[in-house]
Amino acid sequence: MNIVHVMIAPLALMGIMGGVFGALLAVASLVFRVHQDERISKIRAALPGANCGGCGYPGCDGYASGVVNEGAAVNKCSVGGASVAKIIADIMGVDAGSSVPVRAFVKCKGSKECSPRELIYDGVKDCASAATIPGGSPNACPFGCIGLGTCVSVCQFGALSMGEDGLPKVDLSKCVGCGACAAACPKGIFTLVPVTADIIIACNSHWRGPDVKKVCSAGCIGCGVCAKICPAGAIELVNNLAVIDQNKCIKCGRCASKCPAKCIKTGESVQVIEKSA
Amino acid sequence: MTITELFLLFVSSIFVHNILLSRFLGCCPFMGVSSKLKTAQGMGAAVVFVIMLASLMTWLTYNYLLVPLHLEYLYTLSFILVIAALVQFVELALKKLNPGLYKSLGIFLPLITTNCAVLGVAVLNMNEGYGLAASLVNALGSSLGFLLAISLMAGIRERIEDNEGIPAALRGLPIALITAGLMSIAFMGFTGIIK
Repeated sequence: MNIVHVMIAPLALMGIMGGVFGALLAVASLVFRVHQDERISKIRAALPGANCGGCGYPGCDGYASGVVNEGAAVNKCSVGGASVAKIIADIMGVDAGSSVPVRAFVKCKGSKECSPRELIYDGVKDCASAATIPGGSPNACPFGCIGLGTCVSVCQFGALSMGEDGLPKVDLSKCVGCGACAAACPKGIFTLVPVTADIIIACNSHWRGPDVKKVCSAGCIGCGVCAKICPAGAIELVNNLAVIDQNKCIKCGRCASKCPAKCIKTGESVQVIEKSA
Repeated sequence: MTITELFLLFVSSIFVHNILLSRFLGCCPFMGVSSKLKTAQGMGAAVVFVIMLASLMTWLTYNYLLVPLHLEYLYTLSFILVIAALVQFVELALKKLNPGLYKSLGIFLPLITTNCAVLGVAVLNMNEGYGLAASLVNALGSSLGFLLAISLMAGIRERIEDNEGIPAALRGLPIALITAGLMSIAFMGFTGIIK
């Protein structure tokens, strides 16, 4: 009796409990099975797993189920690029379509030297909160880079760093074009440009020329010379800011050479990535 | 227990015997999941859910299985077994029956399967000899206390993060640990309001 109580009963109880719970869970996993389309796990395996959210879905799992369940486009993954789009297209049995990879570009040249830092901002070191102060920015130009590096902190790929001049630098060999920086920047100074783009306008200011001149020596003054000189009609002036249509640009470079503010960036940096990629 | 006693037990389990700041149970998520207010609240909600269920099941296990068999000393083993199986089962069931809740509790559910706060409340209920009603009230109070403490902690951490005034050596986890200590001292102030 004593042996039974001391040895057998505890063993039997734990054994029975374990067995019962195990059986219960086995049954439950059958009863509550959620039927998942096997294409979802295949697509998920093909995705790079960066979980950057660049496709517009919360992570790679979200995108995989988005493709299967909601008919999302197969070429949304900017990290994987064309090769991943091809694999997903094969799984889904559709055409991959063409997607030119994009990279982040900083359309502001308002470095410490060019654009004065008007106020000494001493609040939370975050651009979004600095942008809420009256005037919209501690710097003289309310359109330009605030320079507190929120974009650097949201970049999951280590592609961004704050330069000596107070502007973020994009490491094109690391940037995948997910657009997290563009979404995080309260001033919207990031734009995603195709890697093939050669001519990019590096200013975000919609002010008129004289006002721009007061706050920045490198800003677009909205003179319209570039729009007039462009043989392809790719540049137009929108609200005192030159805007270029990358599909029309023939990369002649005339606009950049005539720009009095020198705020049109010609694309060696963008070209370099193509060669090294 | 009368209603008054149950109410006092409820209040005391939230404040006086706060599970994190007075009993020091469940400190891992208190440090690990408290850097953002939103995730901290998700974690807290999952803890409320699991502690309530676990207290009910372990009370039944103890009083209707271990006591009749005179195997009370097996409570730790059997409680762990019951809680782990329960959380697994709930996770499976939620995934099918309530995907919305499953998504919002998300990864926190399996994370707290073997959390000592969950086991701690079950063991406390047993040690104090609480009846079913008192056990559930204690479970609700303790888990709400967890939610309160982790939310306060996350709120503070969001504000002190990257603060230039903090010496470099103290930034991050060190200042969070100091904060936790100060919060614990603050909660000592509740001692004595309920006998």
